[in-house]
Amino acid sequence: MPHEYKSFAYNPPPGLRTPEPRHGVVIVGAGPVGLAMALDLAHRGIASVLLDEGDRVATGSRAICWSRRSLEILDRLGVADKVLDIGTPWQVGRTCYGDQEVFTEDFGRDPGDRMPPFVNIQQYFIEEFLVDAVLDHPLIDLRFKNRVIDVEAGTEAATLSIKTPDGPYMLEADYLLACDGARSTVRATMDLEFEGEMFEERFLVADIEMEADFPPERWFWFDPSFHDGQSALLHRQAGNVYRLDLHLGRDANAKQEVRPEKVIPRIEQVVGPDFELDWVSVYTFQCRRLARFVHGRVIFLGDAAHVVAPFGSRGGNGGLRDVDNLGWKLAAVLQGRAPETLLESYDRERVQSADENLTQAIRATRFMTPRPGVEQLFRDQVLALAGKAEFARPWVNPGRFSQPTVYRTDAPDDRLLPALSRPGAVAPDAPQGSGWLMQALGAEARLVAFNCDPPAGLEVPKLRAEVNETVRRRYLGRADRALYLIRPDQVVAARWVAAEPKAVSAALRALWEGRE
Amino acid sequence: MTLITTPNLDGHDAFMAELLDAHRGLSEAESQALNAQLILILANHVGDLDVLREALALAGQK
Repeated sequence: MPHEYKSFAYNPPPGLRTPEPRHGVVIVGAGPVGLAMALDLAHRGIASVLLDEGDRVATGSRAICWSRRSLEILDRLGVADKVLDIGTPWQVGRTCYGDQEVFTEDFGRDPGDRMPPFVNIQQYFIEEFLVDAVLDHPLIDLRFKNRVIDVEAGTEAATLSIKTPDGPYMLEADYLLACDGARSTVRATMDLEFEGEMFEERFLVADIEMEADFPPERWFWFDPSFHDGQSALLHRQAGNVYRLDLHLGRDANAKQEVRPEKVIPRIEQVVGPDFELDWVSVYTFQCRRLARFVHGRVIFLGDAAHVVAPFGSRGGNGGLRDVDNLGWKLAAVLQGRAPETLLESYDRERVQSADENLTQAIRATRFMTPRPGVEQLFRDQVLALAGKAEFARPWVNPGRFSQPTVYRTDAPDDRLLPALSRPGAVAPDAPQGSGWLMQALGAEARLVAFNCDPPAGLEVPKLRAEVNETVRRRYLGRADRALYLIRPDQVVAARWVAAEPKAVSAALRALWEGRE
Repeated sequence: MTLITTPNLDGHDAFMAELLDAHRGLSEAESQALNAQLILILANHVGDLDVLREALALAGQK
């Protein structure tokens, strides 16, 4: 049975009657990114108005594969338990050429991690969980059926023209956060253009429901016998719903392809006759981004800022990391704890990450849909070699999976300490008593001491961590003690084996100034 | 390591002969496939991206 999409209540906004006072933050788009953004800010004490043109969650599974880092972020926002409860955790990706398996990837489970490497769950569930949390939060004013039709971006504020079922009104905001997706209205009204590559290859995507015992793994086929000369991807989601992506080629007709008489026989060739079709769509994709994500008082996040090909789960996960990066910075600026220049570091760091995602996505796309001629030749010969020579197996590229970007930084570091937790990287999790380090870090900047006393007198919460096998492996390496300064988004800001209070104090200043 | 551009393979005449023998009787497409596989196999054997980049640059020189 297809998912039941309930509609959320529309209430006439106060601005229809009398002008509203200027808001600190207005967020446009209540998809996963906008919803998470409102929650993250609310947890930091920042109120927001969240506008969405519709009144229900996204149709179809869309972003299904959520990474460990996304699960950690969702946990901070209070919805990870629900995701883990019904999602399908997985760690093995299998790639076939024809009907022969040529490449297997195992992302593994480390006892040092609370979260699995990936959980598959339909985007509509993620949105529903976030909407519930948002509606419960007194600091968030979520307005459905509020469509932004124009934006004026000033130097001190942004002004929005909004259309509702009861007529138009205006809103003013200190900061406007554009989370309104790949076809962002905010981006269009500001005449900002994406730069990058567009691809003409068409893919069919379908959610199918079936009683089957396919293992919870990612299956990718190049040239399978069941789908002539193209590629296919099958993935298990929450419930008995599977996600199928089929490469159709350049010339496929989108309208024809989604007709039941066309799509059902295609899917039958893959999984047999016993399934129910919940949702089907045809897509092409792009690998493009805005040149800058921060435009004065308007800041772009998620697909509104950058779009990538879907193979590698970089869309939803990248969007949540945008939220993760911006939330603490914007809160600090609005609360007067940091200079406005801190927001420039959002631009720098998330552009770096978007570029990594674009590079990876373009490489995978060229491998999956090579141009005729030499691209096709080398792609095919890598696949042919993979069947007979071990070295070529990892060269097969069915999409490389999203890993959190390690931000560029010149912050203090010590070579005795392990590379995994170097400055710029997300602090790795570790068990702590009956809980976890990630939970103990919370959402504030923290000075974490391993086998030592944190220097006194600094204005930052301190945490003395329990040293165990995981901590030694992930935080100490060849040292017997260490001090880590960790940002509110759990990125390592700086670290020392022998810390001078002066150096720590300088690193703390650099953190709040957003220095590289 | 840098790319070796001075004589380094003693049996070069033999290799040339065997390379051509390997292509004998192949169609154009089969020859292309053989060449592509050879490049990939040798690239893995070299195992050094910087050296491979030098080789790409040298091959691309007019």
